[in-house]
Amino acid sequence: MVENRPLLTLWSHAVLLAGIALVAFPLYVTFVASTRTLEEILQVPMPLLPGPHLWENYSQVLSSGTTRGATAPVGQMMLNSLVMALVIPLGKMAISVISAFAIVYFRFPLRNFFFWMIFVTLMLPVEVRIIPTFKVIADLGMLNSYAGLTIPLIASATATFLFRQFFMTIPDELAEAARVDGASPMRFFMDVLLPLSKTTMAALFVIQFIYGWNQYLWPLLITTDESMYTSVIGIKRMIVGGDALTEWHLVMATAILAMLPPALVVVLMQKWFVKGLVETEK
Amino acid sequence: MAAVSLRDVRKSYTPELQVIHGVNMEIRDGEFIVILGPSGCGKSTLLRMVAGLETITAGEILIGDRVVNKLEPKDRDIAMVFQNYALYPHMSVYDNMAYGLRIRGLSQNEISERVNKAAEILELKKFLDRKPRALSGGQRQRVAMGRAIVREPQVFLFDEPLSNLDAKLRVQMRGELQSLHRRLGTTSLFVTHDQVEAMTLAQRMIVMNAGRAEQIGAPLEVYAKPATTFVAGFIGSPPMNLIPKDGRLLGVRPEHLEPCAASDAMLTMDVDLIEPLGADIIVYGHEGNPGGDGSSARIAARLPADAKAQAGKLAVRYAPQNAHWFDPASGKRIEA
Repeated sequence: MVENRPLLTLWSHAVLLAGIALVAFPLYVTFVASTRTLEEILQVPMPLLPGPHLWENYSQVLSSGTTRGATAPVGQMMLNSLVMALVIPLGKMAISVISAFAIVYFRFPLRNFFFWMIFVTLMLPVEVRIIPTFKVIADLGMLNSYAGLTIPLIASATATFLFRQFFMTIPDELAEAARVDGASPMRFFMDVLLPLSKTTMAALFVIQFIYGWNQYLWPLLITTDESMYTSVIGIKRMIVGGDALTEWHLVMATAILAMLPPALVVVLMQKWFVKGLVETEK
Repeated sequence: MAAVSLRDVRKSYTPELQVIHGVNMEIRDGEFIVILGPSGCGKSTLLRMVAGLETITAGEILIGDRVVNKLEPKDRDIAMVFQNYALYPHMSVYDNMAYGLRIRGLSQNEISERVNKAAEILELKKFLDRKPRALSGGQRQRVAMGRAIVREPQVFLFDEPLSNLDAKLRVQMRGELQSLHRRLGTTSLFVTHDQVEAMTLAQRMIVMNAGRAEQIGAPLEVYAKPATTFVAGFIGSPPMNLIPKDGRLLGVRPEHLEPCAASDAMLTMDVDLIEPLGADIIVYGHEGNPGGDGSSARIAARLPADAKAQAGKLAVRYAPQNAHWFDPASGKRIEA
């Protein structure tokens, strides 16, 4: 649609700019706060230009955390977050791509029943089943461990469903051609299905990486040991009681650090991500 | 290369739903057989049973002298070309052709020798590194054939391979298929719903209808002596006229009707549609002398291009040797 209405253009730009300001301004304030000292932040009004303490604040949180609240180094927390954000999507994909393969390409008794069983778990996110899940993990002695952080979040219907839908769009003749070529089912899976699923996997990875990185409730419950905190939990634990006690400049530096990896993943994988959602190569 | 035998081959999905009702045929070594029929007649199912992609409910299929009923497709020594080509989209043309050979564990040298030979025959040399999506329909079709050729199978199976091509390319590929068959001499089974493809490619053809083989024979033989009213009505364009007469069905091909004086008329038609095609003119109309129940058959006649065709009464006659007679109840041919 080509329109030439200057007032409308002006107005829509204004709305968009206001939207950007609304989202970007808090981020900017966070960044400014992370480059100043606690005293400067607590002034009214707070200075709105970056200060000189950037290096100092970031190196302190990365190596030794805050002095009150969580005293573990943020570097360790970022590593914990990274483990979570990597193991969850990779685990999910490994399980769901195989189960989707079974559901789409094999005829076994109660096939649809099992698919729907998997599907209904979509209605049971961690938050709903959190008490029994916590009990199971606690009894298995997996509190304060990477296994406890990741395994309950790996089982997932979303990814199974996504792969199932994708596999169903692949023409049957492709599987038949592979059969005539002499490929066993697993060979077909490895040589044909997996390469074709690449873009779907990339899209799923981006979504699940962010999902894993941003987990809050679950790690909050099962990590009591500071060395197992994820960066999101770390931020929560750094905020202690009243305003004056919290080292806001360090909290803000941690917040910026916690925001970087998901942003980086999205930016770097954007091309693949979009491809995976819109394009199918068949 | 091998002979293929179908012995009372049947297929049913449930006891009530039978789709192939016992097909018998002996296909000679090196023969090119076309299975022709309207959609839903079971022709693709029959082919897929030979391929091993559908189970055989009853009867036997032999390739060479082996019963293959229980064998996996890969063990039947066949190659199949699919209607939508079914190329692996993420593999290059070379890999598409080489995939089956790699699985069979052939050496790299032998694979590249066979693929290059096939690429040469099919003029695909330039495209070996391309992905299927960078090829045109006709080129993809050739890759699909290449994938079949490199396996050097006993039998080629084609499942409507030309129906996704445009008309011009279809004619060209038809010619290429013929010369390919002459060159390789491999036994071939070719499924199509296009009678022109069947007539031009087949050494013998099977005309199928509703899961039964209505007639098996050489194309011209089937055209000259249709065994049933279905075959008479299916082959030929326009199809054979079928006119009720004296309790039987008279069949006359449109090209065997010629205009004549009203006194010589063997049939009178009430022309209401004229289609000049350049080479000839086809006129359509109802039979002028309705039967006892007032119904009258549609008749088509192929007239020479210089005939004066006009709407209204047209007297036509035919040579007695060009008349075919069918039993109206069973649809079967009545030999004079």
